[in-house]
Formats: sequence, structure tokens, C-alpha cells
Amino acid sequence: MTTVPVARLAEVFVEVADTLVDEFDLVEFLQTLTVRTAELTAATATGLLFADHEGRLQFMAASDERAKMLDLFQVQADEGPCRDCYRNGVPVVSTDLRAAQERWPRFAPRALRAGVRSVHAFPMRLRQEVIGSLGMFGADPGTLEPVDVQLVQALADVATIGLLQERAIHRGEVLTEQLQSALNSRIVIEQAKGVIAQTYGTTVDTAFEMIRTYCRRNHLRLSQVTREIVTDPSAIPDLTPPPGHPG
Amino acid sequence: MTAPEDRPARIHALIAAELRGADGSGDRLRQLCRFAVRELPASGAGVSLITDAGTQGMAAASDPTSEVVEELQFTLGEGPCIDAHASRRPVLIPDLAEDALTRWPAYVPAAREQGVQAVFAFPLQIGAARLGTLDVYRDEVGALSGEALDQALTCAEVALMILLDEQDRAGPERMGAVAESALGHRVELYQAQGMVQVQLGVSAAEAMVRLRAHAYANGHRLGDVARDVVTRRLSFERDTP
Repeated sequence: MTTVPVARLAEVFVEVADTLVDEFDLVEFLQTLTVRTAELTAATATGLLFADHEGRLQFMAASDERAKMLDLFQVQADEGPCRDCYRNGVPVVSTDLRAAQERWPRFAPRALRAGVRSVHAFPMRLRQEVIGSLGMFGADPGTLEPVDVQLVQALADVATIGLLQERAIHRGEVLTEQLQSALNSRIVIEQAKGVIAQTYGTTVDTAFEMIRTYCRRNHLRLSQVTREIVTDPSAIPDLTPPPGHPG
Repeated sequence: MTAPEDRPARIHALIAAELRGADGSGDRLRQLCRFAVRELPASGAGVSLITDAGTQGMAAASDPTSEVVEELQFTLGEGPCIDAHASRRPVLIPDLAEDALTRWPAYVPAAREQGVQAVFAFPLQIGAARLGTLDVYRDEVGALSGEALDQALTCAEVALMILLDEQDRAGPERMGAVAESALGHRVELYQAQGMVQVQLGVSAAEAMVRLRAHAYANGHRLGDVARDVVTRRLSFERDTP
């Protein structure tokens, strides 16, 4: 993997800072962050997992929401680099999956089947606490340069800032509040995918693309649109299935 | 389950033991409230139902005083539980003092008159589906510790499960359902919930009830039923008796 040009890096941080200002939508912010992280590092997919109140890692956002990638993030509630990273509070970098079959007997074969060869995971840190993990999957058994490790860790820290952005954090309980709200927003998105998939006879993957396209085209926020879709399916906006969708 | 994850399993087991012998959902919710009072640093607890259709009211409370407090917010039309429901996030008020008085000018003096000094309200929700709140009361000022908060959230999950089971009027009482946890599920469950919602023309909450009932009636795991729905091997139809 190549080291990122400084100018591009600056652009990304400016974009992120812009998103943090007003009309803030946490899920959308986190998703943008995973997409930019994937672009900067040429990763196949990056994703964010948050720990819920029972210390289980829950899927929060990913640069690639196709079912097979979601599966790779979700399985890490039980096993995988993100889980190890979350547990130990330190990054897991440059692991060649072919050499990690014993370490992750469930995760490694699934990931290899999905075309993933290398994995990295970075802790989302808040003071002494680890609240989640940013995972990266690559198609090559590539290693991360030390400078790239710092970069991705910085992006993971930005994700934490995003979580805390809505209100200033004074106490641990505010974090719990934010996490609860964030994870619930994520569930709404999955519910909306189901509503749209059923209504239009598409796959859930296609449904998500339809919802996102609609949001972009109309400058609407993902959380708001998905909530409306689930709360009142009869008022579903006129979404357009992409041409040749696998309906 | 590995050792560090024993805590939630232990809480679920404790609650399941507590609910054993409870008769009906009201009874189970009351037992759950009592459990919350015993396990948390709390003096009272209550569960209220608030649906998007407009139904509002107390469902259960740990004791008569908590019943009164729980009802207060509906009488007065304001309070932490109504705000928790509206904002879809916990409302944590460790001190019902001046700040809270500005926010709820009628509720705060009335709650304090009943000896309540701190209130913590947790929404009972799965994504866009909302059923009500679990409210935890303290008779002294002070925040809940991180661990107590986690426990309270687990109690809220169990309250949600009890309410979902109750909506499934056709289904028998089942204690096993108490041990499962709402957020431990994978995204397929919520995707299936959205699909079933459209298939049956029902609310998101009702769709979850039907999914759970189907899994139970056929002895399948909920996750497997969800996967079958998402991959279109299983479809729910309207107006089946």
C-alpha cells in the first residue's frame, strides 16, 4: 500500500470537519468516514463496530454494505481482528489471513472466501476506554507502513469524535446514551432496507443503494429517510431501482 | 460464551429465574421492575407503554409509590420517560434539581414530593419500532455507575422482549425468550422485520412479534427464520388465521 499524499489527506480531514458542523447525521458521518478510509488506503472494505452495553461488538457502518462484507464485520462479534483489537485495545495490523487460520478458525476461512487476504483493526479509543473498532480488509497480503498505521488510527479517533459530537461529553453515561442511540439508528437502516426490498422486489443490497441514491439526489439525511420508510411504509418515497438490478 | 461475557448472561439468567412463576406479562414486568430495584442502586422502577398510535400508560411498577410516579408524567404530560421516548435515547437525570425544573416545571416538584431525587429513563425500542420506556428512580441524588447503566439497559431489553411476547397473544408463555437479547441479533433480523412489515401490512413492532412467533411455533432459531425471509425462502402472508 502506498502512503497517502498530504494534499488528499488534508482534503479528507476538511471534509470530515465540514460534516461535523451542522445537520449532523451520525450514521452518515460514520459511513462517509469508512468510505474515505477505504479510498485513502486502497482497502477493499472498511467498517466500524461499536461495543454495546453488554460489551458485544455491533455493526455500525461500512464502506461496502454488500451482504458478504456485512457478514465479515458481524462475525467479529464472536471472533476476528476487530474483536481482538477491541479486547486488547491495541491495533491488529498486517495480518495475512492465510497464516491466521488457527487464530481465527471461523473468521479467516469466511474472509478468504470473500476475497479478503489481509486484515487490520484499530481501536476506537476514548480516554482509557475502548468503545469499538475500525476494521480494514485488503485483497492483497499487503502490509501497512507505520505512517499509514498512524493515519488510520487518526481516522478511527475521528470516528470516536463523531460519536461524541452531538453533545459535549461530561460523564461516562453520556457515552452510553450516544452509543445506544447510534446502534438504534443503525437498526432503523436495516429495517428500511427490508421494507424497500420487499416493496420493490429487490435484494437488500440493491434496496440500500436505492435509499442512498434517493437521499443524495434530494439532499436528505439517511437516518431521517430510513426512519420515515419504516414508520410509514405507505408514504415511501418514489425510489428508482438501478438498471439491471438483481430483483 | 467466554468468561468476560458472563455478566450479561448472568443478568439474563437472574431475570429468567426471577420471572419464573410470574403469571402474565404484567406480572413479569412487575417482577422485572423489582429485580431492577434490587440489582441497581435504585429505590423504584416502572415500565410505561407509549406507542406511536398514541396509547400511553403505566404497565407495571416495582411498588405503589413508583406506580404513582410512573403515572405522573401521563397526568402532567411531561417527564423524562416521555422525553426518552420522543428522543429515542436514554434520558439520565442524576439530580432532579433546578435544571430539571426548567425542563419539566410540573413533573419535577410532583416527583420530588414522592421522594424521587434522580430519574433514569430508557426507551424500549428496536430501530424505528418503539413500545415505551423503563424508568429507574432513586431516592437520593447521584448518577448510575457505568456497570449499573449497562444492567439497566439489559433490563430494558428484557422488558422489550416481554412486551413483544405479550403482543403475540396466540403464543404461549415462554421463559426461554427472556434469555435472548434484542441487540445481539444480526442485521438480517432487522431486514427481515422490514420485509415482513410490508408482507403483512403491519407495524414494525408487530412484524417482530410475528417473526418471533413463527420461530417459536416451528422450533426454529429466530436468526434462521430471518435469513429465510431475507433470502425469500419464507414469506408471511396477509389474513392467514
